[in-house]
Amino acid sequence: MSTVTTQPAGRPAGQPAVAGVGPAPGSRRTPIVLAVLAAVAIVVFAVLGPGGQATFRISQDNDAWQVPNLVLPAKAFGVAIAVVCTALAVLAYRQMRANGRIAKWVTLTYAPVFVVGLLVWIVGGTTTQNITLVGLFTGAMLITTPLVFGSLSGVLCERSGVVNIAIEGQLLAGAFTAALVASITHNAFAGLFAAAAAGVAVSALLAVFSIKYVVNQIIVGVVLNVLVSGLTGFLFEKIMKTSVNGATIYNQPAQLPALPIPLLSEIPVIGPMLFRQSIIGYLMLVLVAAIWFGLFRTRWGLRIRAVGEHPKAADTVGINVNRTRVRNVLAGGAVAGIGGAYFTLVAVSSFSKDMTGGLGFIALAALIFGRWNPIGAALAALLFGVAGNLQSILSLAGTPIDGQFLAMLPYALTILAVSGFVGRSRAPAADGQPYVKG
Amino acid sequence: MRRAGIAGPAHRRPPAPTPRWVESLKLELKGITKSFGALVANDHIDLVVEPGQIHSLLGENGAGKSTLMNVLYGLHQPTSGEIHVDGSAVAFAGPADAMAVGIGMVHQHFMLVPVFTVAENVALGNESTGRGGILDLDATRRRIREISAQFGFDVDPDALVGELPVGVQQRVEIIKALAREAKVLILDEPTAVLTPQETDELMDIMRQLKANGTSIVFISHKLREVKAVSDKITVIRRGKVVGTADPSAPTTELASMMVGRSVSLTLEKSAAEPGETTFAVTNLTVTNDAGQRVVDDVTFAVSRGEILGIAGVQGNGQTELAEAVLGLRRHVRGSITLGGTELVGRSVREVLDAGVGYVPEDRQDDGLVGGFSIAENLVLDLYKQRPFSRRATLDRAAIAANAAAKVAEFDVRTLSAADPVATLSGGNQQKVVLARELSRPLKLFLASQPTRGVDVGSIEFLHKRIVAERDAGTPVLIVSTELDEVLELSDRIAVLFAGKLMGVVPGKSSRELLGLMMAGLTVDEARAHLDHPDATIEREPA
Ligand SMILES: Nc1ncnc2c1ncn2[C@@H]1O[C@H](COP(=O)(O)OP(=O)(O)OP(=O)(O)O)[C@@H](O)[C@H]1O
Ligand SMILES: [Mg+2]
Repeated sequence: MSTVTTQPAGRPAGQPAVAGVGPAPGSRRTPIVLAVLAAVAIVVFAVLGPGGQATFRISQDNDAWQVPNLVLPAKAFGVAIAVVCTALAVLAYRQMRANGRIAKWVTLTYAPVFVVGLLVWIVGGTTTQNITLVGLFTGAMLITTPLVFGSLSGVLCERSGVVNIAIEGQLLAGAFTAALVASITHNAFAGLFAAAAAGVAVSALLAVFSIKYVVNQIIVGVVLNVLVSGLTGFLFEKIMKTSVNGATIYNQPAQLPALPIPLLSEIPVIGPMLFRQSIIGYLMLVLVAAIWFGLFRTRWGLRIRAVGEHPKAADTVGINVNRTRVRNVLAGGAVAGIGGAYFTLVAVSSFSKDMTGGLGFIALAALIFGRWNPIGAALAALLFGVAGNLQSILSLAGTPIDGQFLAMLPYALTILAVSGFVGRSRAPAADGQPYVKG
Repeated sequence: MRRAGIAGPAHRRPPAPTPRWVESLKLELKGITKSFGALVANDHIDLVVEPGQIHSLLGENGAGKSTLMNVLYGLHQPTSGEIHVDGSAVAFAGPADAMAVGIGMVHQHFMLVPVFTVAENVALGNESTGRGGILDLDATRRRIREISAQFGFDVDPDALVGELPVGVQQRVEIIKALAREAKVLILDEPTAVLTPQETDELMDIMRQLKANGTSIVFISHKLREVKAVSDKITVIRRGKVVGTADPSAPTTELASMMVGRSVSLTLEKSAAEPGETTFAVTNLTVTNDAGQRVVDDVTFAVSRGEILGIAGVQGNGQTELAEAVLGLRRHVRGSITLGGTELVGRSVREVLDAGVGYVPEDRQDDGLVGGFSIAENLVLDLYKQRPFSRRATLDRAAIAANAAAKVAEFDVRTLSAADPVATLSGGNQQKVVLARELSRPLKLFLASQPTRGVDVGSIEFLHKRIVAERDAGTPVLIVSTELDEVLELSDRIAVLFAGKLMGVVPGKSSRELLGLMMAGLTVDEARAHLDHPDATIEREPA
């Protein structure tokens, strides 16, 4: 029963007039995607699952603390994974029906479960049915580390509204400069600083053209990549290849040593992966945490996000939009430059032409897959690194699956993420739009 | 920051005392001139805002009101002239300087980050922080609750701003200014987007603020509001102050002062002579993406030579109804016919080609392409036709000639029709949309909020044009949340509530009757209620 008074009662403040217009509906496609993947799990992992055991070696021979190998019956495990995936897909569907949105934990659990199932299926299908987890993950760090630095550079730039396509160029400039300076000074740390400076230099060009002269940001980025590739290639031929007394003295950079952390480095898998790294590796961990904290918990981050979302609103509360952007782009350059140094000071002990091999673009994919969030981007970089490394490990273990197919999977996932099939990935609203005071 | 004679910045402040009482501030603008190229938007404007005063600015579209306020808020640098605060000259390099001396502004288009919470928006630029710049949003939340309690706002500090209705977003803007200890609050057309109830609430808030010592500069085209709340009125015409007026001055006097000629505030129109019924909506149901019925089984018809007004509080399905007619909606059931042709399921292009002229609710999002010139915007949906296009090329000369004619006819205030439409003042942009839509032979004219943000003089003209369209035999459908406008124009009035049609009544119906229907009573219930005002009506919830 409702009593109506003579006054036209408008809608109560704080509520939309049309009843029940609640939170925006989540992506309706998510349950469908989860169901399709569950079907894949049932058919491939369970029904067509390989017989025998899949063995994962966890400890290395020289580890202080030996952990027994993980041995899983491949087919039974596949069945279990298929059951869990199906259950989660049904749950997601019901949540969607009931609440119009899916609890975060459902999709967050689904992904690793499916990936583990995939891994067991793949390993079970190899001739040796045996891979080393340590090798898989520590090897992955060779790809993951520069990817994380690259995507953090992207986070810094794009959160403030500047698209940074030049990550590839920044990585390459960092790698080259680090090699050159560390060779000349015989000091790896000098190389590291020089690499950061080189990244900043590339960023400075990006900032000047895209922010000051309002040239299209994508175009500037592409041009910078071509420029850095050409310039480092030229200098490589002219300087680094020249040998003095039979030695290429300008391409023998001093290396950054690994600094194992006592105790932590003895943890199985995680230890060798995260706690036996060089200073660059530790810097990476610190930066991921610091940039996440900075963006979401500090005044600095609030202002940056405002500038990337609604620059005019930021301007009207007295925030200097373009200055914020310039600072972030420069900081992003330094971060990517350090990532570049990883190539020549840690991973490989010399520079070679175009040695970054497109990782700068894959860092962009990690940025998008990680939803412009430093932690998300780092996890995406880890996924891409593991997938990339899995390819080489499997070719050793003897797999019927084409390596190129495995290498493609993460990017297929990225496309799904961007097109809104898996969760929703949304760029900052003013990303790529120059700000001109009106 | 270059500021003279102003006490230090009010950045990190101790928890504010309640009740809040602000030190008043006297603001003087002396000879402010602002030019954009050859255009002088403000021409030696003098204005004094006394402490604790509500000072209204009246002026035609393009008179320079928003420009003046942007200068005062530090967003534009004046070409010449001075701003004095409590007697000493100040220069604002940017809004931060203006805010530091206590000037706050609520913009015509809100300046809120939609993906931020209320607290984050209020904190932005004025953050309470702990050591190392760590955000202390709790302090901001407390401040929001304090201000809300004082003014009776119902604002949740943790709500996402993008999910809030406009009325509440506006309160967030006001809180934003108050949290910065604004002593002068600039409100630029704050009521243009509000429902009548929300407008009344806003005016109460303004009075409370004044009682607390805050001065307010208020801009509105609605003379009723200006008269109701102002202490003083300054009228600007073509960039110059043409005089001041007392709020008790008659409405017609204010209107003629603004426009520079006498304005008739009531529309003289002959009785409608409805012809055959050519436009019919039958059992129309529109569902939104979340699956809710936003238009629920609506049936009505409009005849040639007749204006049907659709009244209702904002958000009761009017927008969706109009969009459904145009073919902008995905989930539509029922039928919409124009001259016997079914429109449901047609593309927008086909609907426009069928002879529908459409004025969208939000001109900036849907009606205009900001970066295109005024001339180009005037032919946006006609560019494919003669005389503007021959074979595959546009005829520039014909487009320019058309622009010159329309700019003159609709009195669009601009130096050149080649300028981007985005540089026009709000009301003039609206005139461009109407000029375009009324410039071709129509079978149906459909306008949402046709005169939003338009000054009284132009409203008079636009209303006459709409009536002329009716008299030429076009069925006209007007959707407006402005009850005055609906009453003024309509031959019949349909009322929507929660997506349902409450009934169709004659154009001369009483405000009381319409008010009841807008609150959710059917015609019969409303009539019965008016006959026995003391009885409360008991009925089953819908
Ligand atoms: N950035 C700009 N560049 C060029 N011209 C501008 C700019 N901003 C405003 N103008 C011009 O200045 C004049 C005054 O515009 P303003 O927006 O101040 O008018 P207004 O009084 O607020 O009108 P309305 O009531 O329609 O909002 C207009 O002729 C407008 O076209
Ligand atoms: Mg204005």
